[in-house]
Amino acid sequence: MTITDATLTQHGFLASGAGRVLLLACGALAREILAVKDAGGLDHLDLQCLPAIYHNHPEKIVPAIEVAVTKHRDDYDKIFVVYADCGTGGQLFEKCKELGVSMVEGPHCYSFFETNAVFESRDEMTAFYLTDFLVRQFDAFVWDPLGLGRHPALRDMYFGNYTKLVYQAQTDNADLQAKAQVCADRLGLTYEYRFTGYGDLETSLAAL
Amino acid sequence: MSEEDDIILSELNDEDLVAQMFDDLYDGMREEIEEGVNLLIARGWMPYRVLTEALVGGMTIVGADFRDGILFVPEVLLAANAMKGGMAILKPLLAETGAPRVGKMIIGTVKGDIHDIGKNLVGMMMEGAGFEVVDMGINNAVEAYLEAIEVEGPDILGMSALLTTTMPYMKVVIDTLIEKGMRDDYIVLVGGAPLNEEFGKAIGADAYCRDAAVAVETAKSFMARKHNQGAMA
Repeated sequence: MTITDATLTQHGFLASGAGRVLLLACGALAREILAVKDAGGLDHLDLQCLPAIYHNHPEKIVPAIEVAVTKHRDDYDKIFVVYADCGTGGQLFEKCKELGVSMVEGPHCYSFFETNAVFESRDEMTAFYLTDFLVRQFDAFVWDPLGLGRHPALRDMYFGNYTKLVYQAQTDNADLQAKAQVCADRLGLTYEYRFTGYGDLETSLAAL
Repeated sequence: MSEEDDIILSELNDEDLVAQMFDDLYDGMREEIEEGVNLLIARGWMPYRVLTEALVGGMTIVGADFRDGILFVPEVLLAANAMKGGMAILKPLLAETGAPRVGKMIIGTVKGDIHDIGKNLVGMMMEGAGFEVVDMGINNAVEAYLEAIEVEGPDILGMSALLTTTMPYMKVVIDTLIEKGMRDDYIVLVGGAPLNEEFGKAIGADAYCRDAAVAVETAKSFMARKHNQGAMA
C-alpha cells in the first residue's frame, strides 16, 4: 500500500481490520508506527490515523478520538491512543480516561521521540522542533498556514522569540537533513540536528 | 490596482475616510492607517474619537471575522500591525488630551513560555478599548508578576500561555496571590490556546478569555462590577 504525506496530512490512514489492538494515532506518526511495528514483528497491532493536520488544530483531536474509539471499541480487544497531549491542555488525557483507553505519555511527539525524561531535562524554551514528517510537510504545517509566503514580514512576529530549529530525526536521511537546514534558514533560526530514533514511541508500542 | 483607481485618502470626507480605514485595517495596510489617523487628527478629531471610531471600529470587524472563520491568524496579525501604527501616533495624544481610562492591566506570558502573539493582540485590543496596558513580555516568573503589581498598581492581571506544560504556572501565580492575601484585590484573566473555561475556574482565575475580543468585553464587565461595588460600599 502506498502512503503519501499529503493523504496522511489531510485524511489520515484507515485500519486494515487485522490485529487485536487498534492504535488510534496522529497521521504524522503513521510511517514511524509502521516502522516500529515491522521492526518488532508487532503483528497484533492495527493502525488507524486521524488527519495529521489536526496538529495545527488541537481542538479537533479530542472529539475525533472519541468518535473513533466509540466506533471501533467492539472490533478490537484494546485501543491505544498514539497521541501525546498535543496542545489539548490535558483534555485528551481526561477523555481517554473517561473512555477507558490508554495513551502515550508526554506533552508532544517532540518529547516522546527524544524520550520524555530527556526532553524535560533539556528545558529548551526557545527551540522550534521538526520531526521527519514535519520536515517533509514543512510548507503544509508551518509556512502556508502561517501565511509566511504571502506575508514574509510576519516571520519575526511568529518566530522572533525562538533561537534555533531542532530537527529531531527519526531516520538517518541526508535529504531530510538538507531540507531541515533550509527550513531553519527560511525561519531565520540556527539549525541543530538531533537523531532521536523512535524514543518512547517504540517502548510504548512494544508494551502493548 | 491601476493608478487611476488609487484612492487618495486626503480627498475623502470624514465618513468615507473612516470607512476606507476599516478596509485598510482589514487588509493590514499600516502606512495607510497611519496616514488616515494623521488626517483625522488634522481635521480636528479628538484622539479618543479616532481610536474608538476608526481603529477599534475596524478591529471589531477583524475580530468578528476571525471568530467566524473568515479571517485567519496571519490576516489578524497584519491588521493588528496596522492598528499598532495608528496607536503609536495616538498614544501620546491620548495622554495629553486626558482620554477616559477604563482601567489598568498588566499582562505577561508565564514562566517557561515564549509565545506572545495572543498576549500582544489582547494588549493592543485592551489599549484600544481604553485600558492602560503594561506589557511584561514573555517568560515571567511569579516574582515578576508580584513586582509589576507593586510598581504598576493594576486593576487587572492578565496571564497567557500557549503550552500545556506552562499553563499550570498560572496557578502558581494565583496561589501566591492568595498566600499573600492579595488575590481579591485584582481581576485575574487568563488565556491561551490550550486553556479552557474549566481550567480557568480550576486555577482560581476570574475568567478565561477565548480571544482578544472576549478579553476586552470580560475586562470591561469586571471593571463595571468593580465600580458598582465601589459605589455601594
